[in-house]
Amino acid sequence: MAERTQKQKPAPSRTDEQAESAPVVAASGDKLKAELDDLLDEIDDVLETNAEDFVKSYVQKGGE
Amino acid sequence: MAIPKVCGIETEYGILVRGPVSDAVANPVTASSLLINAYLATHQRRVGWDFEDESPASDARGFRVDDLLAPEIETHLVNAVLTNGARYYVDHAHPEISTPECLTAREVVLFDRAAEQIVRASMNAAAGLLPPGAEILCHKNNSDGKGNSYGCHENYLIAREVPFARIVQQITPHFVTRQVVVGAGKVGCELPGVAADAVPYQLSQRADFFEEEVGLETTLKRPIVNTRDEPHADPSKYRRLHVIVGDANMSETATLVKVGATAVVLAMIEDDFLGDDLALAAPVAAIRQVSHDPSLRQTVLLRSGRRFTAMQVQIALLERAQQYAGSRGLGAVGEEVGREVLAAWEATLAGLERDPNTVAHQVDWVAKQRLIDAYADRHRIDPGDARLKALDLQYHDMRAERCLALRVGLDTLVLPDAVDRATTEPPTTTRAYFRGRCLAKWPDEIAAANWDSIVFDVGRDPLRRVPMMEPLRGTAEYVASLIDESDTPTELLARLGS
Repeated sequence: MAERTQKQKPAPSRTDEQAESAPVVAASGDKLKAELDDLLDEIDDVLETNAEDFVKSYVQKGGE
Repeated sequence: MAIPKVCGIETEYGILVRGPVSDAVANPVTASSLLINAYLATHQRRVGWDFEDESPASDARGFRVDDLLAPEIETHLVNAVLTNGARYYVDHAHPEISTPECLTAREVVLFDRAAEQIVRASMNAAAGLLPPGAEILCHKNNSDGKGNSYGCHENYLIAREVPFARIVQQITPHFVTRQVVVGAGKVGCELPGVAADAVPYQLSQRADFFEEEVGLETTLKRPIVNTRDEPHADPSKYRRLHVIVGDANMSETATLVKVGATAVVLAMIEDDFLGDDLALAAPVAAIRQVSHDPSLRQTVLLRSGRRFTAMQVQIALLERAQQYAGSRGLGAVGEEVGREVLAAWEATLAGLERDPNTVAHQVDWVAKQRLIDAYADRHRIDPGDARLKALDLQYHDMRAERCLALRVGLDTLVLPDAVDRATTEPPTTTRAYFRGRCLAKWPDEIAAANWDSIVFDVGRDPLRRVPMMEPLRGTAEYVASLIDESDTPTELLARLGS
């Protein structure tokens, strides 16, 4: 229990740092998540129709 | 003072043939030839590659290796020079494009993008030659997920007098750890003896395939530092460091930092600025361990006995590069581009340290991992599901309508117009300018060309070889007006000789 309390109260300097940077990160995080959601909505049109066959047939010779 | 880090990238693309085709066309060697021939037929006059000066069995450690499996050169396969100064050819069973020689990492980004566009145009041109319903697909990746790998190699010009042992010793820590910034990401594991899903996701396409610290091979027992000593330039003055350890990147920022940071580290090595203290105790084990740890938290043992995370090694290298920039300048990599590279390298490392999600628009492995995790989450699928591997493959798909890298919001550094031009026009800053301009102006009078010479066929005289042993001669500054003012190659040759 004591340990948990400690985790919830980070050192003061850390709090200041987070308070300053958190909104920026959160905003870009939301934006990123929205982008991903949009992409996932359309991804079925982009993905190969039979993923398993596609992956199985993807065989290359070694190169270089 | 370090010499200019003339550089370039050679990328082998994955190739897949689908639909109703003959067995012959289904063969990847034939399909690669068909792809390239289709491009040449629709885009430019064919001029062949000249193999006169190739010596892939020469070893940078100072001896020749003829009895082991030297890299093959298959002279009967299609092999062409493009008017942008690039080489487009079949290597083993893959289509491969080598960018022209570039002076900066930013130019490499441009010509690497142009190469993608050339591959895309080739796929479209090939479609016209195939039966209805058949297609040739290309992927800019480095592995099929089944233990077969193909390369994305970088090349850097280095002064011959730099001891090769110093290069090996000091570049290895960078090659092992740079994947945290420039890894292209991979679903699963291809290490022999390890189950594919024992590593659900790793940083690099290539790390599983490296078995040696240093050596000449590129197809078997791949080494972290490749010793091929084939400078394609005056061998008494230059080496070409042939780097086989990298992934092909979809992110332009990643390509910029991959080439730019490596060029800066090599400049530091050349100027004996870097030192040996970051040497790793076991580089081969470390390159796999770093790749298999997307948490970025595990440490590797240094020869000094200290333990560093890959991030700490990268931060140490960056800090030294910043000191180097302050005290010696970045002339060897281009001052302005050098500053841009260091800023992008620093921002990426800082972002990775804070939260990798913050660099999802710059780092390929982060962009891919986010996509795969979100997809798995939405559809409640487990690691090992074929759909996740399909996402991995399609991240690198060269079909614009199927490419996932084009849809994850990666930053772009070059404009579409510039990329278009770079598919046909050479850089102005290296000898590639001379090669490309001559080829565009006199395709019928050039018998063959390669990195360090052009062979002219001017009719009744014997063939005339123009050597280009200096990578920084033949630039626009030196030869633009000569080429502009010459109506025929005979005139050009006369002016060059005078």
